[in-house]
Amino acid sequence: MSGTRRTTYDARGLAEPHAEVPKVSDIDGATASFDATDLTTRQVNLELRWLIYEQGIRDVTVRNPGAKHSIGVGILQRCRIRFEGSLGYFGLGLNDGPEIIVTGRVGWSSCENMMSGVVVIEKNAGSLTGAAMRGGDLLVKGAVGARTGIDQKGGTIIVGGDAGTMTAFMMQRGRQIILGDVGPGLGDSMYEGSIYVAGKVKSLGIDCVEGEWTHADTEMIERKFRIYGLGSPPAFQKFVCGKMLYNYDNLEPSEKKYVI
Amino acid sequence: MCGIAGIIHRDGSADVGTEMTRMLQAMKHRGPDSSGYALFGEPSDLVVIRFKLADANDPRDFDFKERLDRNRQEVESRLHKIGASVDRVESETEYAYRATVRYDGDMKALADYLEDVPGCEVLSLGHSLEIVKDLGDAQEVSDLYRLGGFTGTHAIGHVRMATESDVDISGAHPYWAYPFSDVAVVHNGQLTNYFQWKRRLESNGERFQSECDSEIIAVYLAEKMSEGDSLEDAMHKSLEDLDGVFTYMAVTKDALGVAKDEMAAKPLVLYESDGFVAMASEEIAIRAVLNREIETSDPYEGQVLVWTR
Repeated sequence: MSGTRRTTYDARGLAEPHAEVPKVSDIDGATASFDATDLTTRQVNLELRWLIYEQGIRDVTVRNPGAKHSIGVGILQRCRIRFEGSLGYFGLGLNDGPEIIVTGRVGWSSCENMMSGVVVIEKNAGSLTGAAMRGGDLLVKGAVGARTGIDQKGGTIIVGGDAGTMTAFMMQRGRQIILGDVGPGLGDSMYEGSIYVAGKVKSLGIDCVEGEWTHADTEMIERKFRIYGLGSPPAFQKFVCGKMLYNYDNLEPSEKKYVI
Repeated sequence: MCGIAGIIHRDGSADVGTEMTRMLQAMKHRGPDSSGYALFGEPSDLVVIRFKLADANDPRDFDFKERLDRNRQEVESRLHKIGASVDRVESETEYAYRATVRYDGDMKALADYLEDVPGCEVLSLGHSLEIVKDLGDAQEVSDLYRLGGFTGTHAIGHVRMATESDVDISGAHPYWAYPFSDVAVVHNGQLTNYFQWKRRLESNGERFQSECDSEIIAVYLAEKMSEGDSLEDAMHKSLEDLDGVFTYMAVTKDALGVAKDEMAAKPLVLYESDGFVAMASEEIAIRAVLNREIETSDPYEGQVLVWTR
């Protein structure tokens, strides 16, 4: 007697377990390009892998990524990839080596856990950009959302526009250079690393303090501006960890017994 | 997780029914449980009442059909009794109805009187607002309620992944801001001071139809607006008063607003041009109505944005 209801949604379909390499690229020597309009997430990623790992292509252009999620992830090879358009969430994560240009914007959590290489985003990025990033350079020419470089463990994030709340939250190493204004809670609970801000800072987070400027800072910023053609750098304020929350000298009880 | 979407045409009407269906369908993976629409058609002299007399997954017991028929007749006779002249009452599904009436009395009195009929919930009330919500994905709901071709100026929609209450129509978004005509809300997130606000608002005489935390926002905004606040002011106050994580959209007969919590914990992608504004939890939803490269941005924490048509 209970009502008959339709349940047609099957989330398992999203995993695309049986996707095959579409092999739709135009290959010209060591370069290739393909249109992602009609490809699924998995097909785009399989095509990229096939080109880079199996065909030895070192320069790929992906047209019309169409703001799809999770595109261009897990590429562990030096190469160049150009996305002509915008990416959705979780794009360009877990990469080690590639130089990537995105002519549009990227959504949340792009370049997560990036190990090395270069990523240039021509427009905006969402929140959590460069989360847990470990190395390489990430340049966002537009604005970024909240929590940029959360848990950052290395590398450099450069932001041309504004950044949102809790930027560099729990940052552990690396650098952030932000040309615009920054929201509240900058550098909250950071451990190490440096944050350079040219605009206004709404408020500093817990244990984030103004740092001492050195020649090395000037040299690094000028070098990055030169590399990416950003003109002459404006005046920056530098922020570092105040080390009042710092408890790394205290060992966990389980660790103490090994020392003793 | 949930997905929300909103569009407003600032230079005339369009097929917002089809547009919203496309946007919501593109975000189906964010919430497969139910889909809902708050659509604003051409303003009319008539009052449009969307109501249901049972939920989609209520048990179909032996006298289900007769009870519904009986209650529907009761609704119609109450409409007459309260002084509304009925234009027509149409069945959208076996349990959901759309009535158009001529009525210029108190909206709260009308809603309360109808909801006193067993099983009746007024989903929306207004001169241009129509809330349609049901279980299933956006395409199924659109097909069931024939929303393709619904012409209007603005709309919000919601695909729900139920976390805080049951999977049923009462728990589905958008929520009408009872007893305000033509105000509705969709929400992505969780409110942590739900019970506090529910008790507070209930003691002020406000009515709740569901156990869903998001209903608070609609009722909260309605109360603030009844105290004389504009939509924008009420939304600013809500950032102080509501705890938790949220991106929510609110619509009135001529405005579409969005508010984001102080933590910016829930996503929103915004596309804005002179004549058209579209926003959604994911850019792919906006691409579903603007199939080309577009410039989008993400509003920041604590921001309230309002567009008028």
